[in-house]
Amino acid sequence: MTAVAEKAEKLGDLTMAGALNRALADELRADDRVLVYGEDVAALGGVFRVTDGLAAEFGERRVFDSPLAESGIVGTAIGMAMHGLRPVVEMQFDAFAYPAFEQITSHLAKLHNRTRGRITLPVVIRIPYGGGIGGVEHHCDSSEAYWVSTPGLKVVAPGTASDAYWLLRQAIACDDPVIFLEPKRRYWAKEEISAEPAAQFHQALVRRAGDDVTLIGYGSMVPTLLETADAAAQDGISAEVIDLRSLSPFDDQTVVASVRRTGRAVVVHEASGFAGFGAEIAARLTEQCFHQLHAPIGRVTGFDIPYPPPMLEKHHLPSVDRILDAVDRLQFDDTVVLPSTPAGTDPNA
Amino acid sequence: MTVVTPSAGFLPTTAPRCLIDADGHATSADPARLPDREVLLELFRLMSVGRRFDTQATALTKQGRLAVYPSARGQEACQVGVVTAMAQRDWLFPTYRDSMALVSRGINPVEVLTLLRGDWHCGYDPYLHRTGPQCTPLATNTLHAVGLAHAARLAGEDTVAVVLLGDGATSEGDTHEALNIAAVWQAPVVFLVQNNGYAISVPLAKQTRAETLAHKGIGYGMPGVLIDGNDAAMVHVAVTEAIERGRRGEGPTLIEALTYRIEAHTNADDASRYRDDAEVTSWLARDPLSRLQTYLQDQGLLDEAGIAAIADEGETRAARLRAAMNADPVTDPAELFANIYTEPTAALRSQAAELAEELAAEAS
Ligand SMILES: Cc1ncc(C[n+]2csc(CCOP(=O)(O)OP(=O)(O)O)c2C)c(N)n1
Repeated sequence: MTAVAEKAEKLGDLTMAGALNRALADELRADDRVLVYGEDVAALGGVFRVTDGLAAEFGERRVFDSPLAESGIVGTAIGMAMHGLRPVVEMQFDAFAYPAFEQITSHLAKLHNRTRGRITLPVVIRIPYGGGIGGVEHHCDSSEAYWVSTPGLKVVAPGTASDAYWLLRQAIACDDPVIFLEPKRRYWAKEEISAEPAAQFHQALVRRAGDDVTLIGYGSMVPTLLETADAAAQDGISAEVIDLRSLSPFDDQTVVASVRRTGRAVVVHEASGFAGFGAEIAARLTEQCFHQLHAPIGRVTGFDIPYPPPMLEKHHLPSVDRILDAVDRLQFDDTVVLPSTPAGTDPNA
Repeated sequence: MTVVTPSAGFLPTTAPRCLIDADGHATSADPARLPDREVLLELFRLMSVGRRFDTQATALTKQGRLAVYPSARGQEACQVGVVTAMAQRDWLFPTYRDSMALVSRGINPVEVLTLLRGDWHCGYDPYLHRTGPQCTPLATNTLHAVGLAHAARLAGEDTVAVVLLGDGATSEGDTHEALNIAAVWQAPVVFLVQNNGYAISVPLAKQTRAETLAHKGIGYGMPGVLIDGNDAAMVHVAVTEAIERGRRGEGPTLIEALTYRIEAHTNADDASRYRDDAEVTSWLARDPLSRLQTYLQDQGLLDEAGIAAIADEGETRAARLRAAMNADPVTDPAELFANIYTEPTAALRSQAAELAEELAAEAS
């Protein structure tokens, strides 16, 4: 592990894309083993401009365009990391990381284990993920379930610009491979970048304190959850919002402590619900909070459909209303008495 | 920096390049000089010892000591020629088929066979031997070689990466990406395709319409070299030339070595389903060992005593390997959790403790 930067000079307000750019620049400057490459990352600065200006500042040896070959990008990053470099590579869009699936799951995730720890692969794969930008098919996937179910990978997703800056720096300093999911619809939201990281690399954060229900999410859903908590407050429900930040490893402690206190939880993500990451969270909470739970754990997710065309995506993405509905279903009113079967009657008759 | 060769120079020769033919005669057709006598003797020694290793590994499989063994019998010239051409500082990226090359590179055979015995995935230290783990997902190691070679070049080293792959693996997408990227980056990589005629049961004709696999080089902008892969001298020379090209900063080379897999794909395979004995017999006549032995004997470089001494060495090593492999390997369940990440996560620590507790309870 390289020394994780602990303080930054005053960075002021930045968009998430700007914060990521700044994090890359600061790491490139701090450690000459860091390289940035991918498709269109040099002259163009990436299709989302996250790498804007880096090639000019650091030169084509350290920031360069690769041929169009996602498996090739990840496969060569593995070889480079074996030789002591710390590559940060970009997948242009979520669904275009799939050609690299084999390199990521069969090699990047496993080589440390296969070689009894002799090979370490400090590789960061940046993947802009999720919808909400009116993108046509293949541009809006949420692929986290694939990555989190692969032991050996670390998976993080910032929900705010400040976290984007610090999590990316922590990811680059990490000696394990990191899948870095960037919520592309939040790229342009501006925020003050804090002078130091808000938490440890793999710690979840309580973004808003509350007593009645815990809303759990990450990445693009963080602002949506905060909005939902505002709306719930108007209905007299005090919602706590947890931003996971790190999907794997998972911070059970923070999440369990909250849910044991509130007794209710709703897990939210854009990806499809079936066998999605939310199912894992719900299972973990059931195992660890059963006696404190007042209701089954709710999930609000994308439907079990391929990502829809842009004109229909609003129905698919978890919205404030859908999350509020899920909160309402959490059996808040436990004074309701279920109609009982009159004595002497056969309930099966 | 780069010497621009007319691209026609990237085409392979019509006939496979060869220095010592199947009858053990030096050919004069190729402009390359034969390697020095010490190299030729070393090639012969390593091939003999390597073949003995291979038959020993096959026997160990029959005895249940290995889970599976993909034999390289018949491919000795490739397995050994590549290793003798490499410097210690060069990196080798082998596949499951290349145990003999690893043993020739000086890796402890027990560590080489760890993967196939099943007590761990990779038994040797890749950094100690500058050798990647044996790669099973076809062609994926080509990209690791390109990345490593590029990184070495960025670091100002003259290290070359050599990657081994089979004819079948050339159809995989990663081979294309690796050849292309290596050429674009001018990475010092040698792609050595051991064309042994089959990918399990599928013959080369079902893999490609290209005239030869070596022809593919020119499309990527690199030389394609077609060689007799049963001529150890030729493999040594062709790989040496390609490594020197890489060291000079002239980029990658694709070599297709024509050879043959004498055994079935693995001990689990039934080769009679897809090839006939006559074909195997015809290749036995082109045996890589006997041709070099004939040549060395004709030149007075090797006599019966020398051959016997080498055979003895093979026997001694095989006996040592047998003894080592007949001892049950010690496995440690704690290792299951040790190296998933550089630091175990809380979840892994608790799973490790759970398993340890269970095992302790069983033991008591
Ligand atoms: C990606 C992938 N697909 C399929 C396999 C299963 N498989 C193992 S070896 C093999 C044949 C490979 O043939 P070739 O590349 O010619 O090498 P050889 O085994 O002849 O040395 C196949 C299909 C695999 N290991 N990896």
